[in-house]
Amino acid sequence: MNAHAQPHAMATAMDDGIAMGDTLMEVKNVSLRFGGVKAITDISFDVKKGEIRAIIGPNGAGKTSMLNVINGFYTPQEGTIVFRGEERRAMRPHHAVRQGIARTFQNVALFKGMTTLENIMAGRSVMMHRNILWQMLWRGPALDEEIAHREKVEEIIDFLEIEHIRRTPVGRLPYGLQKRVELGRALAMEPSLLLLDEPMAGMNLEEKEDMSRFILDVNQQRGTTIALIEHDMGVVMDLSDRVVVLDYGKKIADGTPDEVKTDQSVIDAYLGVAH
Amino acid sequence: MLYRVAGQYKTSYQADYALFPVRQDAFLLGIILIMAFVVLPATANDFVFRALLIPVLIYALAAMGLNILTGYAGQLSLGTGAFMGVGAYACFKLVTIFPEMNILVAVLLSGFFSATIGMAFGLPSLRIKGFYLAIATLAAQFFLVWLFQKWGWLYNYHTSGAILVPNIQMFGITVSGPTATAMAQYYFVLGVVALMTILAINVTRGRIGRIWKSVRDMDIAAELVGINLMKAKLMAFFVSSYIVGVSGALFVFMWRGAAEAELFDVQLSFRVLFIAIIGGLGSILGNYLGAILIVALPVLLNVVPRALGLPISSSMVEHLNTMTIGALIIFFLIVEPHGLARFWQIIREKLIIWPFPH
Repeated sequence: MNAHAQPHAMATAMDDGIAMGDTLMEVKNVSLRFGGVKAITDISFDVKKGEIRAIIGPNGAGKTSMLNVINGFYTPQEGTIVFRGEERRAMRPHHAVRQGIARTFQNVALFKGMTTLENIMAGRSVMMHRNILWQMLWRGPALDEEIAHREKVEEIIDFLEIEHIRRTPVGRLPYGLQKRVELGRALAMEPSLLLLDEPMAGMNLEEKEDMSRFILDVNQQRGTTIALIEHDMGVVMDLSDRVVVLDYGKKIADGTPDEVKTDQSVIDAYLGVAH
Repeated sequence: MLYRVAGQYKTSYQADYALFPVRQDAFLLGIILIMAFVVLPATANDFVFRALLIPVLIYALAAMGLNILTGYAGQLSLGTGAFMGVGAYACFKLVTIFPEMNILVAVLLSGFFSATIGMAFGLPSLRIKGFYLAIATLAAQFFLVWLFQKWGWLYNYHTSGAILVPNIQMFGITVSGPTATAMAQYYFVLGVVALMTILAINVTRGRIGRIWKSVRDMDIAAELVGINLMKAKLMAFFVSSYIVGVSGALFVFMWRGAAEAELFDVQLSFRVLFIAIIGGLGSILGNYLGAILIVALPVLLNVVPRALGLPISSSMVEHLNTMTIGALIIFFLIVEPHGLARFWQIIREKLIIWPFPH
């Protein structure tokens, strides 16, 4: 199944040998506790290659904790994650990166003292291998490597339309642009699974529309699978192929946007019912 | 008018990665290099060499080492003085055990001793940050100075407890020891410092520099882009301590001529830290600016009032110096935490757009 042909000659997602539409990642019965607080209770869902999967739920439902489990920040007490056929529970975030998982944060986590270009280049650190001796010389292989990666990064900068802020330290940029740079840094890692934690939080309508367009383009042109958390229901329903709904750390619904929208327990969770 | 970037097009990324993408910068550096290599040595007397030029270069190198650790990788260290000491003692042992060894080789090798020890004392950085790490490095500072005093083998059991630099020749010219000329020492130091500076610039602007800066700016996010924090921090300690160690070897062999353990106490660490802060953390140029200021200040305080006919005692100069440096540090921390290097950057940005501010 090759529904998403690539119209542009842009770098594509990591070739992971998984066909479009097959399961890329599966979360199996994951439970996470902090002391006595149950953040996540027995949640299972899957993410298929090539889709946009939304994770929604009221505040404190455990969405961000779920992302943290997926990319290795938290180790769940029970359950496992199967990513590209590999089953694992405990791992460090930099291993998750090597497996092909990249993410952005709810409150922008950029390197504030570095320029846009440096931030996005930093996303490619894992793929660069020249050791410090070559780096010191800055000639031959080290420079070639730098230029090869710079070309990829410039493609991303073009794609996200941030050419004009290439040399600006990101600390000076407005919030909307910072979010875009952070997306750029995640894209530079050429992930097979991109986790977006509230990519549109705090944006105005125009910025949201831009961001939605970028997310769809990433998904369609690069074939990157995306799992996103978002509170803007309009955005979620328009963008995502399937939605999983959490409430109080439990999964209460899972399905297409239309199915979820009409699900009684979802309506209850959002509107509140007398307990 | 001085700076015009208009019309300087770059058609390849290679051109963009030139050391100075702006032509005027390269021109300016050329002038500075001619000054450093030709004009200054031709005009300077022994006093200028020994009181200004040589210490400026050595302190700039030490501050550059610290800056890589603190300014680039964000790990605060108060052990710089002791790591300089390790370099100095290692160099001393190398030239006394292997008298045939070229002094340049000995200086460059001695850096590896301090690098290893620096990395060992950098291990706590894997668990602790900020002030707590600073205290851990302070422990290294006190422990090492104690070791320099107590371990007689280090200073060859000399009764004074100090290391005395022997006369050492390189290519027939005496470069260190009591009979060395200041000019030979200046050229030796200049060569080593220039080399280290180029290598440091290259490392800090490439992949490794980015890794260090990401660790400094946000270590969680750094881990998230796949950076191994442990490797990044330990490498920063290694490279930083290497440079600091080399500067320590130069400090004793090319400038002081002799050293006791107390020379490397916490005062020296602070002095280097002040240079790095005043010059600008996260900048290579800043180390030079900071070193010029810190080294030249006491000399100026000594010379200028006398030239004006004001009698000023040497203890007064010392007090004035301490007071001025203290005031400067407070000034920089409040007004411009990025130091003199940022001032230069602002001036440069202003010059580029001058006289049309938009």
